[in-house]
Amino acid sequence: MKKYLSFFRLRFAMGLQYRVAALAGIVTQFFWGIMEIMIFHAFYRTDASAFPMTLSATTSYIWLQQSFLAFFTAWMMENEIFDSIVNGNIAYELCRPINIYNMWFARSIANRLSKAVLRCFPILIVAAFIPAPYGIAAPVSIGHFLLFIITLFLGLAMMVSFCMLIYVLTFFTISPQGLRIVFVSCVEFFSGALIPLPFFPEKIRQVMELLPFASMQNVALRIYSADMNRIEIERAIMLQIFWLVVVTLSGKLLCKAAERHITLQGG
Amino acid sequence: MCATMNKILSSIKLYLHYVSINIRSMMQYKTSFFLTTIGQFMISFNVFLGIFFMFLRFSSVEGFSYNEVLLCFAIILLEFTMAEIFARGFDLFPSVVRSGEFDRIMVRPQNEIIQVLGSKFELTRIGRMLQAVVMFAYGIAKSNITWDIPKILTVFFMLISGACVFFGLFLIYAALCFFTLDGLEFMNVFTDGAKEFGKYPMGIYGEKILLFATFVIPYTLVQYYPLLYLLGRRTSALYVFLPLCACLFLIPAMLLWKYGVSHYASSGS
Repeated sequence: MKKYLSFFRLRFAMGLQYRVAALAGIVTQFFWGIMEIMIFHAFYRTDASAFPMTLSATTSYIWLQQSFLAFFTAWMMENEIFDSIVNGNIAYELCRPINIYNMWFARSIANRLSKAVLRCFPILIVAAFIPAPYGIAAPVSIGHFLLFIITLFLGLAMMVSFCMLIYVLTFFTISPQGLRIVFVSCVEFFSGALIPLPFFPEKIRQVMELLPFASMQNVALRIYSADMNRIEIERAIMLQIFWLVVVTLSGKLLCKAAERHITLQGG
Repeated sequence: MCATMNKILSSIKLYLHYVSINIRSMMQYKTSFFLTTIGQFMISFNVFLGIFFMFLRFSSVEGFSYNEVLLCFAIILLEFTMAEIFARGFDLFPSVVRSGEFDRIMVRPQNEIIQVLGSKFELTRIGRMLQAVVMFAYGIAKSNITWDIPKILTVFFMLISGACVFFGLFLIYAALCFFTLDGLEFMNVFTDGAKEFGKYPMGIYGEKILLFATFVIPYTLVQYYPLLYLLGRRTSALYVFLPLCACLFLIPAMLLWKYGVSHYASSGS
């Protein structure tokens, strides 16, 4: 465990170095948030009765989405890992007395966390000062806020363990391109990154909420503004834990299988 | 006169040669080309799905129907994609400056812009282009526009000028690389952001954005105002030629590029 913690610390500290990139990211995300909100606001003005969430819940959703973008964007995978599989550098890592799955998991979490830490606070603070309903509202209750934090990190773990599945599958396919495309598009569409899940038609939404993708950003961002009731929250957290276990276990099993038959590329 | 003609012709010939090299080298990796093309298609197809599902719930937005929004999205996507296919070399410019590659470009007896343009011909964007064309056809078929010569001209001018505006933005991005390589991601707001948010007519974003997108970066001249004319909500013939004014945006972009080139201090090894 200590080994993986130090991997985590190392990557986390490395991630914190990129401050100018973070500043540019903050500006971009902030602008993105404003524009998204304006789109939803335009729909709201046109027909408020067809709106499935309150306007303030929607804007809070968007601000949180932009603040924690580093947690939940699918395309932000680690190119270094793909490269090491393709060019054979993975050999060095296989020599070490560590579990490759755990190491990659630790560094992915550290990377996303360090990016989010640098970016989220400025966005959240400014968004908090924007007048309602355009800014981010205060959490509904302390209970909701705590659940938000818990599900946020469960969502992060879910996202990373899904990415891990892609890294591990690359052992078999060598080129990550195809898998990546399918994965990124699915996450965009099914996780609520495109539009929040409540905006989909009822029947489609019910199916979408059962999929592992819904356990990423959807749960935390909707709990924050109490868009889910008690029963829904309980079910969503159970699903999050269920999918996290399933996806992580299958990733680990696949990784074991891959390590046994690994072909080193490059030379 | 004859000499300038010859110079232009030889530049075009050179550029076409660059394009053919690019395509041939890309075709060496057919699977990669194929997958990247599909990927590009999927990304913008998702944006389309976002619009589709919003309009399952809402019948219109600020007076624009689903078909009209699709037409608008198709036009901005075509404009952006055309610019990206040709000018992707400028989008990849930071690595050219960082590696010192630009030194090599400068010592050659050819225009720098042509060389950078020729450095990348991004054919993989035809996936997105195809989607834009399909949406364009659908939008045109469904939005009950009575077509006449001025309207056809308007669409034509919109596409050409829109591609010029995005080309200008790529040029500005590349020119800024001469001064700093850090934090230029914010330029994405103006390129990818405009592609992303240009999917809805700019009018829905309110007065301030509309002013910015008219007088600072002239997006609305190639999107919102001519669209209103196409849909018959404006009738003045002025709107036909409005998109052409957006081409003026190339002048400051070009000046900044020229200034950047003269300011260039070599880097890399």
